Amino acid sequence: MLKRLRKKPLSLIGLGLIVFFALVALLAPLLAPMAPNARDPYLIPQDGYTSDPTPPSSKHWFGTTEQQYDLYYGIIWGTRTAFKIGLTIISMALLVGITLGSLAGYYGGWLDEVLMRFTDIILAFPAIVLAVVIVAVLGPSLSMVVLAIALVAWPSYARLLRADILSVKQREFVMASRALGATDFWILTRRVIPNAIFPVLVVASLDIGSVVITAAALSFLGLGAPMGYADWGQLISLSRNWILGTPQNPLQFWYTAVIPGGTIFLFVLGWNLLGDAFRDILDPRQK
Amino acid sequence: MASYLIRRLAMLPFVALGVTLLLFALLQLLSPEMRASLYVKDPRQLSALESVIETYHLRDPFPVQYWTWLKQILVGDLGYSETARMPVAEAIKAFFPATFELALTAFVPTLLVGIWLGTKAAVYQDRPLDHFSRFIAITGYSLPSFVLGLLLLMIFYGRFNILPPGRFSLEADLFIHSANFTPFTGFLLLDSLLNGKLWIFWDALKHLILPAATLFYNSVALLTRITRSSMLEEIHKDYVRTARAKGVEESDVINKHARKNALIPVITSSSLLLVGLLGGVVITETIFNYPGIGRWGVNAAQQLDIAGIMGFALVSATLFVLGNLAADLLYAFVDPRVRLK
Repeated sequence: MLKRLRKKPLSLIGLGLIVFFALVALLAPLLAPMAPNARDPYLIPQDGYTSDPTPPSSKHWFGTTEQQYDLYYGIIWGTRTAFKIGLTIISMALLVGITLGSLAGYYGGWLDEVLMRFTDIILAFPAIVLAVVIVAVLGPSLSMVVLAIALVAWPSYARLLRADILSVKQREFVMASRALGATDFWILTRRVIPNAIFPVLVVASLDIGSVVITAAALSFLGLGAPMGYADWGQLISLSRNWILGTPQNPLQFWYTAVIPGGTIFLFVLGWNLLGDAFRDILDPRQK
Repeated sequence: MASYLIRRLAMLPFVALGVTLLLFALLQLLSPEMRASLYVKDPRQLSALESVIETYHLRDPFPVQYWTWLKQILVGDLGYSETARMPVAEAIKAFFPATFELALTAFVPTLLVGIWLGTKAAVYQDRPLDHFSRFIAITGYSLPSFVLGLLLLMIFYGRFNILPPGRFSLEADLFIHSANFTPFTGFLLLDSLLNGKLWIFWDALKHLILPAATLFYNSVALLTRITRSSMLEEIHKDYVRTARAKGVEESDVINKHARKNALIPVITSSSLLLVGLLGGVVITETIFNYPGIGRWGVNAAQQLDIAGIMGFALVSATLFVLGNLAADLLYAFVDPRVRLK
């Protein structure tokens, strides 16, 4: 598989971008050390309380947002937030999706029917709409955003796994295990799931990019991270009041939108470039 | 076709039941006092909160509550939205045409450009046009609408001051709500022409371009990619080779033979496109301060306007389910293999 990835230069750029962001997330305490008296590293330090953003300077490499939050610090620690959010959402959604999808696929019957109709109902909403509703009801915060997106994301994984299990459970080695007297639980966890899970894992891990966009969108809408938290969506929303510059310099506050926007773009681009390559590899029609 | 149609339509009541059950169950997390706005027509009724709670069985077991509420919404009583300052049913009527107009303004160019670019990209595979289409697709996926929207506003509103946010200018707003203007359809582009007011048409168009362009860019990527891969699959099939071998013109081979079959998955994916537009509308309307369903829903969510949130969720789910239904029926209509199954 790695060999085939190597043939696609774009996917390597994607991989490079993701590795770069992963390094930034890992090295965040070195790249943007927290202030000595700060308690939470995810809270962006403020340099005064002046309302106007200030442009990039030697003191603030990427400039500051309104209320003087340091953009550089926010971007660096926001990278950690993005990975944390993405990985948490995907693992939660996978856990639920794999459990319910394998039960539905393996046992079939009424259990399958009930579970699949339940996924139908969740998939009857545009994902972001249901996520907005869930966050509003549970109370806006970053952890509720994570929970809400996981709740709307699991059905597609459950369906994908179920479809794969339907074909795997007909194979000879499964029947052989059954003939040898293995329990359902053993067959399901040792034989069926390991042989059906690979596509789901690939699809899910490549969804990290789109999941991070959705979380950032909810933060942007004011339903996620609290003011001053290192989160890309939040940083973008802080630029909303600064679309208009002064008459002499209409694009005066460009950095408030371009820097966090560009960061999100590159992050998601990385995942999408990699995702494209994997989709071609997994797609049997394009050999 | 008839039996397929009936089977497909028979699913609708179950989906509707499931959707309302799910939403209503979610709201049970909130106190009866907060849910009272779901049942009133006028905010003054909320001063007698206890009597509203009593009348609509808000402290009774779930099935009783759900049944009471279901009877209400079936006759169109959806409660009072505090953020819209009007009953939910009226708010939907007021905001829906704006959203639909925006979605349609983005949808038509998406369809035309997506199919055109996707076909060309497949025909000229691995040539510059193909690379260009892939570039459009990959950036369209990766640039979130809230980033693109803000950058467009900075440039075309902040720098050049030609395409402002909102839905109309102050003068147009005053004129539209005066006695001289008849709102026939609620679509501003259409109404302005029907009223013979060209300046309102220009005004509305200027406000529509940026949000529609944002939606367009994000959704054209999807359509281009689907058309391209479907087209590539068809081009290499035997019947295309046969057509070429017997001397059919290349443009006819592409446009009449291959593309007709290649469009089948494109038609179904128009439901995916609708998802994109409906989801995208939530964010796009908020950025551009465009008074539609999406901005209303976000405001309601921010201020915990329960009736508003519920109305917004119900409208979105309804549109979404109908969109999927339309796609399935279209699919069955264009592909006989589906309806004979």
